[in-house]
Amino acid sequence: MVIRMQLTSIEIALRVNGQEHRVKTNPRRSLLSGLREDLGLIGAKYGCGEGQCGACTVLIDGDAVRSCIRRVEDLKGRDIVTIEGLEKDGQLHPLQQSFLDHDALQCGYCTPGMIMSALALLNKNPRPESDEIIEFMEGNICRCCAYPRILKAILQVADSDFHRTES
Amino acid sequence: MEPERYELQEASTYSFPLQRREFLKLAGGGVLVVLLGPSAFAQRTRASQDLPEEVSGWLHIDSQGAVSVFTGKAEVGQNIRTSLAQAVAEELRIPLDSIKMIMADTDRTPYDRGTFGSRTTPYMAPQLRRAAAAAREVLLELAAERWKTETEGLRIEDGAVTDPKSGRKLSLGELTQEKQIDRAISAVGATLTDSSQWKVLGNSHAKVNGREFVTGKHRFTTDLRLPNLHFGKVLRPPAYGARLLTLDDQEARRIEGVRIIRDGDFVGVTAPDPERAEQAANALNVRWETVTHPSDDELFRYLEENSDFDPAQTTPELDQAFNQSRAILETTYTVPYIAHVPLEPRAAVAHWENGRLTVWTGTQRPFGVRSELAGAFGLAETKVRVIVPDTGSGYGGKHTGEAAVEAARLARDSKYPVKLVWTRKEEFTWAYFRPAGVIRVRSGVSREGKLLAWDFQNINSGSAGIESPYLCKARRIEFHRSDSPLRQGSYRALAATANHFARESHLDEIALSVGVDPLDFRLKNLDDERLLAVLRKAAETFDWSNREKKERIGHGIAAGTEKGSYVANCVTVRFEPSTRQLEIEKIVTAYECGAIVNPRHLENQVEGAVLMGLGGALYEAIRFRNGQILNPRLSLYRVPRFSDVPELQTVLINRADLPSAGAGETPIIAIAPALANAIFDATGERCRSLPLRDFHS
Repeated sequence: MVIRMQLTSIEIALRVNGQEHRVKTNPRRSLLSGLREDLGLIGAKYGCGEGQCGACTVLIDGDAVRSCIRRVEDLKGRDIVTIEGLEKDGQLHPLQQSFLDHDALQCGYCTPGMIMSALALLNKNPRPESDEIIEFMEGNICRCCAYPRILKAILQVADSDFHRTES
Repeated sequence: MEPERYELQEASTYSFPLQRREFLKLAGGGVLVVLLGPSAFAQRTRASQDLPEEVSGWLHIDSQGAVSVFTGKAEVGQNIRTSLAQAVAEELRIPLDSIKMIMADTDRTPYDRGTFGSRTTPYMAPQLRRAAAAAREVLLELAAERWKTETEGLRIEDGAVTDPKSGRKLSLGELTQEKQIDRAISAVGATLTDSSQWKVLGNSHAKVNGREFVTGKHRFTTDLRLPNLHFGKVLRPPAYGARLLTLDDQEARRIEGVRIIRDGDFVGVTAPDPERAEQAANALNVRWETVTHPSDDELFRYLEENSDFDPAQTTPELDQAFNQSRAILETTYTVPYIAHVPLEPRAAVAHWENGRLTVWTGTQRPFGVRSELAGAFGLAETKVRVIVPDTGSGYGGKHTGEAAVEAARLARDSKYPVKLVWTRKEEFTWAYFRPAGVIRVRSGVSREGKLLAWDFQNINSGSAGIESPYLCKARRIEFHRSDSPLRQGSYRALAATANHFARESHLDEIALSVGVDPLDFRLKNLDDERLLAVLRKAAETFDWSNREKKERIGHGIAAGTEKGSYVANCVTVRFEPSTRQLEIEKIVTAYECGAIVNPRHLENQVEGAVLMGLGGALYEAIRFRNGQILNPRLSLYRVPRFSDVPELQTVLINRADLPSAGAGETPIIAIAPALANAIFDATGERCRSLPLRDFHS
């Protein structure tokens, strides 16, 4: 006999990158898995599954959130932003451009999470000092340890008026 | 013994699955340059594998003038997709962004042993440069033919051939259209552009496909989606060596869409989504039989007892040198197992179609993994294709194809392709570790501080970097294998980190024991000019000679060479005795790897390796008991984070007169001893075991 899982899929309304989606999904599913499997948004990555590495970071109502430890079910109606939502009309977000300009990556697996965390910081604190950046970014691991360049990339955007006028 | 991978199996035999004329036909003509090493058609032997000409590359300019380069190397974050494109752009005189690099695809790229040992820059880059130089000559010939003139005087730049005398110009596409030229050239011939003339090489260029990464568009193996993709989960034993006694899969079978695959001790499930696969695996009712297994508290004794190392052994030459020594020092150093922790865990997508297997996986050895798959399923290698998307790092930790074999086994009985992504815990437990080891060092010095005797015995950690660059006539340097309780394998710079930790710590001790400054001691006992140069440069940048001895502050220096590169570190630490808190205030690094290919990427590698080295130096160690890993999570196993980054001063010495060496590994080797030496300077306590965690919260 084949039984349906007790967790029959449910329909959830999700707002991601400004778009409304109705997804039929497994309510046990993490937001990370929902974004990746239901919406095909693969920018957020699995790194640890316990909110320790930051590779899965997305914004929820402007805050940096580890999507691997949040259930998709709990996020109905919240405003979710992923790395895919940053580029506008082929124009990179200043943080993306700065990461490129500074080569603030090696393998690049942590990069989307890094950029989303940095964005959450700059949204709240447009001119952070180095030590504020370091403290805020402590939950994002770059295993290649490109930290000095990531810091420079964020600092450059923090020093510019660029991102403040565009958002 | 091959130090690269002393625990793992043989490389596969040479093969060219695609004949080049066939390739040219498929590619629709154009110019194809194939690089052939002397060993290409010969029977491959163990010895020939070490020839620099072992690897062949292909370069193709299609009939529209588009340039594609084919290499079996894999991009794992070391940025060789960029540096190899630079190499081709330099010789072919075309813009960097007009080159397409096709890498690490066993059907499309020539055989390659693997991306390890810092071999891409010294061996692969010159080969691709030769291929590009040969292609350049073909293009000039085509232009000369068209214009009925000599090649002499024609110029090639910005993707076109020009005749300065007449002003005539032909683009690459105009030259290659309707042509079918197939040229095989020797990997050792061809004149390469001298580094003094470099326009693309030697300059900083951003990661060529960097935009894909900052936008989240790049598809790592973990991101691949195929139609009807199913998700796999493998049942893991509760401990190493555990045997499956009984399996009751009734409950798991009731879950819709789930398949259970059992093959001997291998048990796995597939399901249409990852959650159901996980739920099904959890629903398996299993009984295991476990076995006793060594634990970390007895590790070093266990390694010594299970090796052929005999502490009583000596030689008459050594005895004599020790007798003449003013001071003799005998110390023992230990390093634990550590994990690579690539941020992208092992993953694979496997797809069977008409008896042919295709696997996408993140590995440093696509052809090795192809062999593993062919062996595991009794297939000819031509029936297996391995494709490596640019991978979420490896650091020597992705030489094997565990996830590839598992995903392929799961997919074989299913009509769907299967994706398997290891959890972080699986990556921590079922991959392999940097070998643990015990290193015993005994040395003797003269009154003047000259090394007279050097006895260096490495048990289990490995032989890379074991040879001492210090002058000393009476020396015995040996590596002893042991029975490793945990599965071990390559790690960035291999045992060079452990051997440098022991050697450079020991030198500090013996220098101080005869009252000689640690820098002076090194300068006095070295004659390797390149090593001396990085030492002097680091010391000068750090202002070592004028360092101030202050309470709670310590300074340390260490240096080394490995794989043709040279590194020296000077560090400052601050130690607070009441809390035993250690703070690293500053790290100076001087690095030299010949002619610099891409200064910004080199700095990124050097600083990244130094910072990664802080983890192994200060806090990383795998803990295990009764066959279980006790800290298989990032919340229990600390790796360097933002706040661990001290002030860094990095000096890159450009030796444009020397061939470029790889730089992904060597900058990691000197930081641990530099720190240990600084800690001694600050505290008077000598720590001979990594990690130096007694000095870290």
